[in-house]
Amino acid sequence: MSDMRELLKLLGELDDQLVSCMRCGMCQAVCPIYGQTGREADVARGKIALLEGLAHEMVKDPEGVQDKVTRCLLCGSCAANCPSGVKALDIFLKARTILTGYMGLPTVKKLIFRGMLTRPGLFNNLLSFASKFQGLFTTPVNDIIGSSCSKFLEPVLGERHLMLLAKTPLHKDVPSMNTQAGKSGLKVAFFPGCMADKIFPRVGHAVLKVLKHHGVGVFLPEGQACCGIPALSSGDKDSYLKLVRANLAVFKNGQYDALVTPCATCTSTIKKIWPMMAEGMSPAEREAINALAAKTMDVNAFVVDKLGLTPPAPAQGATQVTVHDPCHLKKSLGVSAQPRAVVAMNPKYVVKEMAGCDACCGCGGSFTLTHADMSARIGQQKRDNIKSSGAQVVATGCPACMMQISDMLSRNGDRIAVKHPMELYAESL
Amino acid sequence: MNDALKKDFEALVGKENVMESEADRFSYAYDAAVLEPVTPALVVRPETREALGKVVKLCNDNALPLTVRGSGTNLSGGTIPSKGGVVVLTNALNKILEINEADLYAIVEPGVITAKFAAEVAARGLFYPPDPGSQAVSTMGGNVAENAGGLRGLKYGVTKDYVMGVDFFDVDGEIVKSGSRTVKCVTGLNLHGLMVASEGTLGVFEKITLKLVPPPLAAKAMMAVFDDVNKACETVAAIIAAKIVPATLEFMDNFTIRTVEDFAHAGLPVEAQALLLIEVDGHPAQVAEEAEKVEAICKKLGAQRIQVAKDANERNKVWEARRAALSALARVSPTTVLEDATVPRSKIPAMMVALEGIAKKYKLTIGTFGHAGDGNLHPTILTDRRNKEEWKRVEEAIDDIFDVALGLGGTLSGEHGIGIAKSKYMEKETSRATILYSRRLKKALDPKGILNPGKIIGE
Repeated sequence: MSDMRELLKLLGELDDQLVSCMRCGMCQAVCPIYGQTGREADVARGKIALLEGLAHEMVKDPEGVQDKVTRCLLCGSCAANCPSGVKALDIFLKARTILTGYMGLPTVKKLIFRGMLTRPGLFNNLLSFASKFQGLFTTPVNDIIGSSCSKFLEPVLGERHLMLLAKTPLHKDVPSMNTQAGKSGLKVAFFPGCMADKIFPRVGHAVLKVLKHHGVGVFLPEGQACCGIPALSSGDKDSYLKLVRANLAVFKNGQYDALVTPCATCTSTIKKIWPMMAEGMSPAEREAINALAAKTMDVNAFVVDKLGLTPPAPAQGATQVTVHDPCHLKKSLGVSAQPRAVVAMNPKYVVKEMAGCDACCGCGGSFTLTHADMSARIGQQKRDNIKSSGAQVVATGCPACMMQISDMLSRNGDRIAVKHPMELYAESL
Repeated sequence: MNDALKKDFEALVGKENVMESEADRFSYAYDAAVLEPVTPALVVRPETREALGKVVKLCNDNALPLTVRGSGTNLSGGTIPSKGGVVVLTNALNKILEINEADLYAIVEPGVITAKFAAEVAARGLFYPPDPGSQAVSTMGGNVAENAGGLRGLKYGVTKDYVMGVDFFDVDGEIVKSGSRTVKCVTGLNLHGLMVASEGTLGVFEKITLKLVPPPLAAKAMMAVFDDVNKACETVAAIIAAKIVPATLEFMDNFTIRTVEDFAHAGLPVEAQALLLIEVDGHPAQVAEEAEKVEAICKKLGAQRIQVAKDANERNKVWEARRAALSALARVSPTTVLEDATVPRSKIPAMMVALEGIAKKYKLTIGTFGHAGDGNLHPTILTDRRNKEEWKRVEEAIDDIFDVALGLGGTLSGEHGIGIAKSKYMEKETSRATILYSRRLKKALDPKGILNPGKIIGE
């Protein structure tokens, strides 16, 4: 599509959602990007006005609007605080697919999404290959965090302190599983997500250990694909739909009470975005999506709410752990007490809150690559809050946040470990 | 805008603080009023007060219209650059320059956020009472320029009651100083008084001196339930007549109650025709005595039920319900028109009857809530601005609301300002001479008419 009229027609279909913004501007109080720039086009009200302006031909520059719409972490702070209940995230994701449809996807992204991400087998092999050689180009910098930096990759990655690909991804150690419910009487399907598979397999192993300990059966099918959010947030709906379909196919064969993931973003994508972005799916597929979405849970929430665990009193001299609330857990799904309870399940740890625990870490998926400076500025605030809390460990239920926070702490030379709550609990088992 | 002029602005505020792309400019074409957007030619964001003054001068030298904008939460179109020109942002000028605990004043730059300021003041054990609904994002400069109100107006007054001084730039970018750090000051013309509610038409604020007060030691909130709007309105009048001035005295009609309950599940009585939410504050002994008296008055005038908040948690619940009013109403329909015509408080019963009549006459949904204690109701029209036929009825209804309010001895706007939304009604409330006098004043101070032209008094 490169037809302006088609663009206007598709944007027009968003009109009912756009018009519900009453321009009160309350989103300015919570938007991490606006907090940095103070520019109206960076806040939800501005973006919505621009989309409306474009749809009604008051703004003639779709490229300019797209540029603004992508300056967004998709953190959902605006939607969670909107007095008139505007579904800003839905609007921005749909707008990205419409604008990308008009403008086309950049070649690099095409290569990544269409050539690689939508082919899980090839994707796994390529990364497995890369993991063997990455050590040649990188130098470890922080043993507590486990980060490295790279002179060689600096032109692409900037001064980032990287979490490298794991030597052995989760799917190599545990290609598939299908165990029966034990003493809990419950069985879950396990969706580790790309990052818990390839960068933080230790998180995946921790989840399996906890589930086993509590007698929870696990269905872990082979051939899982990415949840689709990287493609969708770049507006590549075709790749996104392929990924959703690939996952539907592998998860339809199991019997389970819940689908759990250790990744806040995967959870909210499957639970909220799959049902919302199901246009172009058959009625049967939609039904399967809705059924799967209804069963999908954050793994912390599963452990606390379904297994009914209650934390013991912390031991004397317990290590202080501060908890970062991922946007896609707290703001999208309302999950914030459970990760804290999971941390406290290990008596060696005690939760120590930081200021702004639910402020965005600045990652925003590929935002951290496309808008590196802003991402790092927002991340630095998070780092400062973590540091001021005095805690020795920061726990968060999202591997993407873990990566961003690791980067920021490592750049500052902090010796604060970054863990998933499930890892901390698993240590005690 | 030509390149040379753009470069002049860049030299003053830095290239990164000049926005010229269409997308950037269009995002300053609107505010929170339901009006047509107008795109400015350029947007600049000075980072120092000195640069702000130079920007004003450059605009004047080139006869460019200049609209100052804080957070753009204006409800009357005052920040829409209706003549194009330059939008000047104050949100980078966001420093609290001084909070003086001994002399009870503070000095702020115009872009300081109201809620942040109030919190900073509270952290020093003092109190800045004005609390407009947009306080989480609104700026102090905007509050002064609009004379913003809020829930505490009845007892504590509005923004103007806290402005001790304003230093501002004239159109030549020279600093005019007015007011003082002292309680008493009769030096010169009351120019800072002139700046309050001037909506950016007479000068550009450089810094503002604000009065602070000690916070009340105790507060007590209660909710009174009525089966008749009139009884609730009479109760408001009776409380005032008993020489009690609650900090807050808020009203909600049945439609608003039901909508809030649907949205927030706050446990409100959906069958009630009206609710009064009342808070008295001050010294603990006085609070206890006044709360008892208020309760007795409510009972005497026919309240079906009175719920007195027993602790901070219950008190919070009472105000959560009130805070949810606009959010809840806003979700009902695409467009929310929030009016603020205000009447002397004894005329509230008459105003409520009239509003009901207007809703019926124009077949519109109007939810009414607001600051009953100071006569400032917010009839909120729920509509869809895309429906042209209905929108015409909305405009006629608004005309009627103003006629009724003026007929009752009231005013067009309690706290939202005149801007462009209400300027055509100005003469109805005042007089031809008032408009001409104001225009001559404006012409003398701003001969080229660059300062937010077209606002309040037309042109």
